Amino acid sequence: MSFLTLEHVTHHYFSKDDFKKALDDISFSVKEGEFVSLLGPSGCGKSTILSIVSGIMNQTSGRVLLDNKPMIESELAIGYMLQQDYLFPWKTILDNVLLGPTIQDNVNEELKEKALELLREVGLQNVEKQYPSSLSGGMRQRVALVRTLITDPKILLLDEPFSALDYQTKLKLEDLVYKLLHAYHKTAILVTHDIGEAIAMSDRIIVMSANPGRISKTFEVPLELRNEMPFLVRKHPKYQSIFDKVWEELNKSETQTV
Amino acid sequence: MSDKGDHLLFEKHLQGLKREKRIVFIWQACILVGFFGLWELASRMNWIDPLLFSSPTKVYNLLTVKLTDGSMISHTLITLFETLAGFIIGTLLGIVIASLLWSSPRFSNISDPYLVILNAMPKVALGPIIIVALGPGYVAIIAMGAIISIIITTIVVYTGFREVDPNYEKVLKSFGATRWQCFKSAIFPANLPVMISTLKVNVGLSWVGVIVGEFLVSSEGLGYLIVYGFQVFDFTLVMAALILIAIFAALMYKVVERIEGWLIKHTT
Repeated sequence: MSFLTLEHVTHHYFSKDDFKKALDDISFSVKEGEFVSLLGPSGCGKSTILSIVSGIMNQTSGRVLLDNKPMIESELAIGYMLQQDYLFPWKTILDNVLLGPTIQDNVNEELKEKALELLREVGLQNVEKQYPSSLSGGMRQRVALVRTLITDPKILLLDEPFSALDYQTKLKLEDLVYKLLHAYHKTAILVTHDIGEAIAMSDRIIVMSANPGRISKTFEVPLELRNEMPFLVRKHPKYQSIFDKVWEELNKSETQTV
Repeated sequence: MSDKGDHLLFEKHLQGLKREKRIVFIWQACILVGFFGLWELASRMNWIDPLLFSSPTKVYNLLTVKLTDGSMISHTLITLFETLAGFIIGTLLGIVIASLLWSSPRFSNISDPYLVILNAMPKVALGPIIIVALGPGYVAIIAMGAIISIIITTIVVYTGFREVDPNYEKVLKSFGATRWQCFKSAIFPANLPVMISTLKVNVGLSWVGVIVGEFLVSSEGLGYLIVYGFQVFDFTLVMAALILIAIFAALMYKVVERIEGWLIKHTT
């Protein structure tokens, strides 16, 4: 049963003196609870796909179905995590976390409790009254994760959420996100250009090529790797062989375009 | 032991800072005293024409007389009120117009050439028209104080609105926020520092507008005193008015600076 389906999605970017085909005939589907990674060089339209799925951007043609209903009619909440935390510097951590509910006008005591509980779950205690400037990059990105989870989205869109962090923090956060998403049985799409990260976190990897953005190949991550924590996946004997295959595919699509 | 040594170094550093501060202050005081002393001397020795340039003692005597009989106080209060009103109205209207421009890109595109013209135009040249339109009274003068800061506030604040990182809007839109909600929760608060920094510029501009307005029409205010003193050749009165303007303009600037510091601390 597919949960999210993209059917022949094509997108163009227009500017004053040019246009560019960013996505060309993208079709794939994601099952409920599945973790899919979009991997590819910069400019292949990975982030555009997320913007279209989230409804922030409208594709030029094709359809996006959520739970077999067109995106616009669907009422399933979507959570979006960006490369940087984009916490609002003038709001406290708690107010930042409650941003979604504030916009949707349903803040209550219960939700505040839930926010504090989620903050505790990601290892942030007694920070709710502080401002983002007093937190480290990794802590801020964890707050952004809680902000995304608080509205209980059915699908999480992760747009290179670890790319601005140092390597150690990134590995720790990968484990944390993996644990949380599996615990709450969330469906997720991760955009990344880090092959290791894609293998470590996902069930399936969609490799894309650029100009225009196309799907070049899809890899199923072996079952043994799927159920391991991301940190352990990188040490698994099977890790290297799939890494090499993905590496080869990425190189192939790169030489085609050059 | 070394802790004590560190502390001593710190004490030394503090003393150095204090000393530097004292030197700067002494210089500033010397310049002030020197200026007025030289002025007084030049006037008494007839190096400058005392009829035209007056002298500090004459200005001081005039000020004490006019301040005790209350006539100077009412002139000062009127000018202060007009400046303050012009400053507040100009700043607020500028922010409102900037918000309107942001709310409709089409409106912004349409207004663009007119904003350029209005910004380039010397606003005080509009004085006579404003006075004819609003009547020769304090309303016209407040309008002069306001109009001089509206356009520049509009342009600066609108530019600030457009420079907010679009990813903040992306975050809000992913929660289904409307354009108004984006404005309220991201665009406007992110620009508070910009708006606050326009305050300091606007307070100076409003003084210009109000004084020129008083030059043109009024029968009260410090600007009026300057023109009146000029017409009856009483330059002691002109100098007295100038000194009051200098004092109050500086005070107002300092107050706005304080408010700015407070606002920045409490809103960002």
